[in-house]
Amino acid sequence: MLRFTLRRLGFVLLTFLIASLLIFSLTEILPGDVATMVLGRFATPSALQNLRAKLGLDRPVYIQYISWLTNFIIGKWGDSISTQAEVFGLVMHRLKNSGMLALVGCLIYIPTGIFLGIVAAFRKNKWLDQTISMTSLAFIGLPEFVTGVILIAIFAIKLRIFPASSAIDPDARFIEILPQLVLPGITIALTNLAYVIRMTRSSTVEVLQTEYVRSAYLKGLRPGYVLRKHVLRNALLPTVTIIAISIAYLIGGLIITESLFSYPGVGRLLLFAISHRDLPLIQATSMLIVLIFSVSNFFADIIYAYLDPRIRYK
Amino acid sequence: MNGSSDEKSKNEEIQNLQNQPGKLTIYWKRLKRQPFAIGGGVIFLFFLLMAIIGPLVVPYNYQAQDIANRLKPPSPAHFYGTDQYGRDVFSRIIVGSRGIFLLGGSGTLLAVVIGATLGLLSGYYGGLSDEVLMRLFDVLLSIPPILLALVLLVTIGPSKPGLILVVALLYLPIEARVMRSMVLSLKTKEFVEAARIRGEKKLYIWFREILPNTLGSMLVEGSMRFSYAIFLVASLGFLGLGVQPPSPDWGLQINEARGWFSIAPWLLIFPAGTISLLIIAANLMTDGLRHVFYPIGGEI
Repeated sequence: MLRFTLRRLGFVLLTFLIASLLIFSLTEILPGDVATMVLGRFATPSALQNLRAKLGLDRPVYIQYISWLTNFIIGKWGDSISTQAEVFGLVMHRLKNSGMLALVGCLIYIPTGIFLGIVAAFRKNKWLDQTISMTSLAFIGLPEFVTGVILIAIFAIKLRIFPASSAIDPDARFIEILPQLVLPGITIALTNLAYVIRMTRSSTVEVLQTEYVRSAYLKGLRPGYVLRKHVLRNALLPTVTIIAISIAYLIGGLIITESLFSYPGVGRLLLFAISHRDLPLIQATSMLIVLIFSVSNFFADIIYAYLDPRIRYK
Repeated sequence: MNGSSDEKSKNEEIQNLQNQPGKLTIYWKRLKRQPFAIGGGVIFLFFLLMAIIGPLVVPYNYQAQDIANRLKPPSPAHFYGTDQYGRDVFSRIIVGSRGIFLLGGSGTLLAVVIGATLGLLSGYYGGLSDEVLMRLFDVLLSIPPILLALVLLVTIGPSKPGLILVVALLYLPIEARVMRSMVLSLKTKEFVEAARIRGEKKLYIWFREILPNTLGSMLVEGSMRFSYAIFLVASLGFLGLGVQPPSPDWGLQINEARGWFSIAPWLLIFPAGTISLLIIAANLMTDGLRHVFYPIGGEI
């Protein structure tokens, strides 16, 4: 287990390193000179030169990369070009918001997904199972902006139950903004819901066919007891992994969902940074997203290997 | 066991082999048991047809503005109503389908061709370059695709070739990996071994022995990737980072329609409905293809 963990950890580090190289080189060769962008087209050459020196743009590229990466690791993320604010504080504040939204999403899709998956497995090939499986298959690839827009149309504009915009007060508490988190939460939950349902269903179907479940029923144990002690314990193994992986995928969904609902999270910050060509902000947000993504993948692997020892020796 | 009975059983075996239904017959039989997949396939082909000939027969020019008839609800003159500039929504959706298929399709095709080539070479030769390439692809796959797309688009700019390139780059590693894993198992098979021993050229081995056996998987993989590509292209359009206005891109239309929903809901309902229908159809079709080629478990 230790060897496996170390190997996966090494991979996470490698991912982070190559991703940082990628992000750095892609953003550094951005069309347009940063100094000209900040000072405007009519800046004097000496002013441009001064700013380049201040931003460290006059040094060789590999020095720039190393100092940039070191600064990122120690939390010195520089100042945003468009807002002048310190990037670290800005991003961390948004990260908290994204975390709250992701939490609401998880609270919606994990219990619902497991429940529907088990129901479908117990009604295998009956109409209820067919309906659940086909609907989830159909919705598996629906983009967040389509489901989100439909949800807004129905629940915000027609029924007026939930607000269409989730532009929240920065200091509001979780409970206060909860109504505004419902629609974006459902939006990011839907895609993952389909994955959890399909995974739970197929593993439950498999477990239900095993000898030990049959004998548990035959020796007269109560169905609820068999479900808890024999079926779920084994059937939920793969589901746990899917859930850990899905949390990584939530991040992609967050970018679009936050933009759709004007929710101040990391995803929307990234889009803001891109539209304003705010280099430090683009770099910091995308690095953070890569970091979260690879760390969640790492935990998904570890949990899987912990629950299913065969994986460790592959 | 004597000689004659051995001979007999051999003959029987040959007879059995000859009587076996062909691959296509088996596929067709399996396909017939997948009504949802057939439905999805038919809808998908309908969309494809629409993308090819639709723009030639649309009732209105997709850019033609008609301010007098702006924000008109659906009617016989405008099936899906008109937008804030009086443009015909029906025509815009049809013309937009061409963009989606063209960008998503050529991006996926590029990814499949390059990815399959890399996967084939990498898997066939192995060695250090294979190891390095696969680690690199592992890394690329552990970056959220939408993030990678955004950062790439910032660099190369939101243009049509740029979008195709992004789609291709994003899906190339996965195609290469799928191809490589198949090549790894195929190259040790007896028939490949036999071809090598009888001194066939490498190209012959690749194109006649290995690649035909990967077609089914690549078809499933490619069609799945294509539905992701539609998703991606439309999402980028929605974020305003894909195709630029006045293009009739579906994602862009949905984004523009958001502000008009309370007075002109058809602006939103029709593009959103169309894209949902296409993606659902593509998913059902892919799932069916998977059942046709891999009846047990449906795994690749």
